[in-house]
Amino acid sequence: MRKQLPFAITLDPGTSLANQTGSWRTERPLYVDRLPPCNNACPAGENIQKWLYHAEEGDYERAWQVLMEDNPLPGVMGRVCYHPCETECNRAKMDETVGIHAIERFLGRQAWEQKWKVIFDAEPSGNRVLVIGAGPSGLSAAYHLTRLGHAVTIREAGPAAGGMMRFGIPKYRLPRDVLDYEIQRILDMGVELELNVKVGDIEGAFEKEGFDAVFVAVGAHLAKRIDIPAHAAGKILDAVSVLRGMEAGGEPPQLGRRVIIYGGGNTAMDVARTAKRLGADESMIVYRRSRTEMPAHDFEATEAEEEGVIIHWLRTIKQIDETMVTVEKMEIDADGRPQPTGEFETIEADTLILALGQDVDTAFLERVPGVDIAKDGVVQVDTRMMTGRTGLFAGGDMVLAERTVTVAVGHGKKAARNIDAWLRGESFENPEKHELAGFDDLNTWYYDDAPQTVQSALDIVRRQTGFEEVLKGLTEDNALYEARRCLSCGNCFECDNCYGICPDNAVIKLGPGDRFRFNYDYCKGCGMCAAECPCGAIKMVAENL
Amino acid sequence: MLKQIEGSIAVAEAIALCRPEVVCAYPITPQTHIVEGVGALVKSGALENCEFINVESEFAALSVAIGASAAGARTYTATASQGILFMAEAVYNAAGLGLPIVMTIGNRAIGAPINIWNDHTDAMSVKDAGWIQLFAETNQEAVDLHIQAFRLAEELSSPVMVCMDGFILTHAYERIDVPTQEEIDAFLPPYDPVQVLDPVEPYSIGAMVGPEAFTEVRYLAHEKQLQALRLIPEIGAVFKDVFDRESGGLIHPYRTEGAETIAVALGSVNGTIKEVVDAMRDEGAAVGSISICSFRPFPLDELEATLAGAKHVVVIEKSLAPGLGGILASNVRMALREMAVPVYTVIAGLGGRPITMASLRGILEAAAKGRLPDVQFLDLDHGAVEREILRARGIRRSGPTAENILKSLGAAAVAGDE
Amino acid sequence: MTEETALQRVKFYQTGTHTVGNRLIDKGARSVQSSMDRSNAITSGHRACQGCGEALGARYALDAAMRAAEGQLVAVNATGCLEVFTTPYPETSWQIPWLHSLFGNAPAVATGVAAAMRRKGRSEVKVVAQGGDGGTTDIGFGCLSGMFERNDDVLYLCYDNEGYMNTGVQRSSATPPTARTATTPALGDAPGNVFGTGKNLPLIAMAHNIPYVATASVAYLHDLEDKVTKAMHIPGARYIHIMVPCPLGWGTASDATIHIARMAVESGLFPLFEAEHGEVTRSNKIRRRVPVKDYLAPQRRFAHLFKKGQEDTTRIARLQRMADANIERFNLLGERESP
Repeated sequence: MRKQLPFAITLDPGTSLANQTGSWRTERPLYVDRLPPCNNACPAGENIQKWLYHAEEGDYERAWQVLMEDNPLPGVMGRVCYHPCETECNRAKMDETVGIHAIERFLGRQAWEQKWKVIFDAEPSGNRVLVIGAGPSGLSAAYHLTRLGHAVTIREAGPAAGGMMRFGIPKYRLPRDVLDYEIQRILDMGVELELNVKVGDIEGAFEKEGFDAVFVAVGAHLAKRIDIPAHAAGKILDAVSVLRGMEAGGEPPQLGRRVIIYGGGNTAMDVARTAKRLGADESMIVYRRSRTEMPAHDFEATEAEEEGVIIHWLRTIKQIDETMVTVEKMEIDADGRPQPTGEFETIEADTLILALGQDVDTAFLERVPGVDIAKDGVVQVDTRMMTGRTGLFAGGDMVLAERTVTVAVGHGKKAARNIDAWLRGESFENPEKHELAGFDDLNTWYYDDAPQTVQSALDIVRRQTGFEEVLKGLTEDNALYEARRCLSCGNCFECDNCYGICPDNAVIKLGPGDRFRFNYDYCKGCGMCAAECPCGAIKMVAENL
Repeated sequence: MLKQIEGSIAVAEAIALCRPEVVCAYPITPQTHIVEGVGALVKSGALENCEFINVESEFAALSVAIGASAAGARTYTATASQGILFMAEAVYNAAGLGLPIVMTIGNRAIGAPINIWNDHTDAMSVKDAGWIQLFAETNQEAVDLHIQAFRLAEELSSPVMVCMDGFILTHAYERIDVPTQEEIDAFLPPYDPVQVLDPVEPYSIGAMVGPEAFTEVRYLAHEKQLQALRLIPEIGAVFKDVFDRESGGLIHPYRTEGAETIAVALGSVNGTIKEVVDAMRDEGAAVGSISICSFRPFPLDELEATLAGAKHVVVIEKSLAPGLGGILASNVRMALREMAVPVYTVIAGLGGRPITMASLRGILEAAAKGRLPDVQFLDLDHGAVEREILRARGIRRSGPTAENILKSLGAAAVAGDE
Repeated sequence: MTEETALQRVKFYQTGTHTVGNRLIDKGARSVQSSMDRSNAITSGHRACQGCGEALGARYALDAAMRAAEGQLVAVNATGCLEVFTTPYPETSWQIPWLHSLFGNAPAVATGVAAAMRRKGRSEVKVVAQGGDGGTTDIGFGCLSGMFERNDDVLYLCYDNEGYMNTGVQRSSATPPTARTATTPALGDAPGNVFGTGKNLPLIAMAHNIPYVATASVAYLHDLEDKVTKAMHIPGARYIHIMVPCPLGWGTASDATIHIARMAVESGLFPLFEAEHGEVTRSNKIRRRVPVKDYLAPQRRFAHLFKKGQEDTTRIARLQRMADANIERFNLLGERESP
């Protein structure tokens, strides 16, 4: 039996719980979710941080399923996306960006090897949607519409699905088996694909065929041209045709020993590197501005140069005389524009390939009432991606946006969600965006030092002579390591810091996956949890006293 | 078992028979022989299951004892003089925590000037610390009081100090009946603490108590001493049953029946006082004496009752409250507050000064005639102190500033003249 | 033998052991503090200031000790902040058996408890004694040295906040040079505490040849827990000196406690190391070295060193030299072979 304890000087354990120190507080901590910069930057709207979270644990399938909620083409995306997520990645301010694309590619590979299937459970809606164009935007729209329960038919004018992924991006950057697999996976979900069908009658699709909605994403395939004075015409090709020619299945284009590619975009780089692989001794890029101003990504120029492509910066082509190409030197003025200098040089070339951009072929839309086409040839859409014709949506390269595969995939998703809402007589509302998780919100002390994993590259001779993929994928070990470099900016990853660091034991741990709760009965508001939260998922707000 | 033995060793043997589990030792004369004795018994294996800990100071000695006692061990230590001052903070603490530690004081003077001989200044310095303080009149009683002390301490949850006069008792060889283990085991049950540090019941001992409850805590300390007033005679009675001799209790009156002059004292001086009483009684003087065994708690009622018929009370004490006089005498006056009886203070035996029968007799006779001053220093060398007082008066410097300045000027003027 | 998986092979865990917990590392490598069933030796409702380093350090250390002792633990406490803020009548925050006696005697009291436990046949019950720097390096030093010298079976934890904070921020022998306290005011030619004073208790402890001495910091939880756990499994006298910043006494923001503790270590001013039987056996390498300024400048007790336009570069440099000397002495950059 319990003895009577001495008065006052001996106390029963834990009795201080009666003293609710929460009343001392002038500021209270709040758990918040902030928007990670990678997610914010992703044109496809991927929840990158969330799929990395699962990948960190080695649960690749769950990671892939999360990724697939937003993007049906991880294998493609991990190779061809210019990964603005990595440009914005907060880790870049610490050491180097997280190699998100490489992990995405790894997940794509895993899905292929493990034959994972997308889990979705929407009831069939009974609606039929026509998608025009089987490029990234159209495929993405078809995929997302299918996930939402709609029946989708894709009509593609060309002989194969893939659009610019197939006809614009060389194999050494995107092996075709990867592309084929991921397209087929979409088709296997029940999407109907009709090839070599050029749709001319949009109204007919609605009226005669009874489609409930149409998404048009035919891309921009018309090469831009300029007039170059020619004494005797040399061989002039355009980049789109050259790249498409690589996919025709017959003989590759004959480019000769010396090739000039005119332009400074990614397409110019692709063509120059393709030319090198096709056996050109000299594959030269002529570009009117300097490296700083070029629209191509720096790594593309670097890789091209590694492979022997010569880039003539600050040059414009003034004249062609058979194989003699006269170029004028330029200089960059104070406004960053190239200005002629009046100095000229000549370069010998067998072929000149123009890589000056592409326009949209909008002819078939001009007849559709309500559709508005802007002066620069792109189709006008509203925030829902709907054109002026009710039920007709458009996206991808044919609307005003950056022309990348990822943007196109994002358009497809956005259009699909809006089409779905519209079909149900509702409007699609994006959930409100959280406040951005800035670098200053982080406490970077807590992250282990870890440089980015370098993806190994094909040896240079093979890069110069064939179309084998240049960059290798990550091994599982590398991918796991790389995923764990994620800082989880702005979102709790259950590191237990708040729980451990609170001097007042005022943080309640709710268990794995359930995060934490503040016990405001005892929290004195010291703010240590917020200061020591690695990822900025706690903020202090003033108490109303 | 009767032994011709040094008091300290007899006490050490008695302590050992009480089965202490932790004993802390730090040397200071004159208690040293006791802990040395216990230490030897531990080292030889005679005393089993006992931690004998050599510590670095008296402060540590009592602190180790506090920890051990709080953890449920029967705990003992001993000290004296300066030692008790060095551990003074822990003395109060042990009482405040209600820890039944038993500690021997081999009573000794406190410096400066440093002095190793007997008086009661050390015990008096902590008289209000909350400990029970028992004073042994003889070495037999010292042995017996230690045995009773453990039982008293543990029943009451209070530390007990057993005071025995340094050298006079600690170093005296006498015939002493040292009990057997069986007798002690029959008298002293195992220690069953009220509170103990134990993970099974993890309470906090030693809380900070503010104005809202401090008075109550102090009241309870007082009340505990009042309980001891009842318990001490009870335990003494049980002791008598087991050991067949009187020991302990609150006071020992001696020939007080019909006595008009009664001497009151603590400790071994009572032996001398009794001889003087016997001699004077033989001559027909109405004298008696009281040996106070329990100084804390102070037996007010028993003293009042015993002193009720006295005309003169003479308190002979081995301590001094400078600026006041007697400590024990002040306490005795409290007992006699209802009576108009003069209580004389006789300061005696300081720093080991012998208290002779002749001097005592002179005091009692003077008291009987009403010729004692309120405070008297027994056998004081008046010449020596008066010379010093005079000398000191001449060189005194502190005091009113103006006077000092004038003095300095005078001194300088004298120097200048020369 | 089964094939090793990537999860077993990859030893990089996002935040490693820098954070309190980490869902990615082995359960066995996770901290006591991350556990939902940690003992919370000190529970909520205590009256420590906001952001108190000592409240945190004590819970860290004692929860680890509780786990190591499988709940069989008794704590002795010197007078000081920790004692006062945990046990004002009628409430205590302690959930383990706890004893407070005096300011200067905690090591001796612990010795007594340990002796009693041994004699009571309860040697599975382990004893820790704890005190602040005043109770340890000053007033309790005699008892501590005695406890060390006898090699009593006690783990002594010193929570060092470099001054007498409970009484209103006075200097102790653990107060660093130049620090302003109530008894070393920022006045005169050499404001704050003077150079060339103070004592290094871990080194003094080592001189007793006791089996284990370590320094630890609230900013390095895993290291702190490892050291407490290790110490708990060594018999005899053990000493761990834990730096616990005091927002009130140091003049720092209540949310900066961990940060400041970290800067003390990363600057080299507070080296983390462990020693066995008088010899340093390991030191923690500085992870991201900072100049002492980064540690000093956010603290108001050093504000007089950083007056606008008249920074006390001479004395800051002298403090930097102290840090540099530590770095050299304890090999904090790992440039030499570990001992």
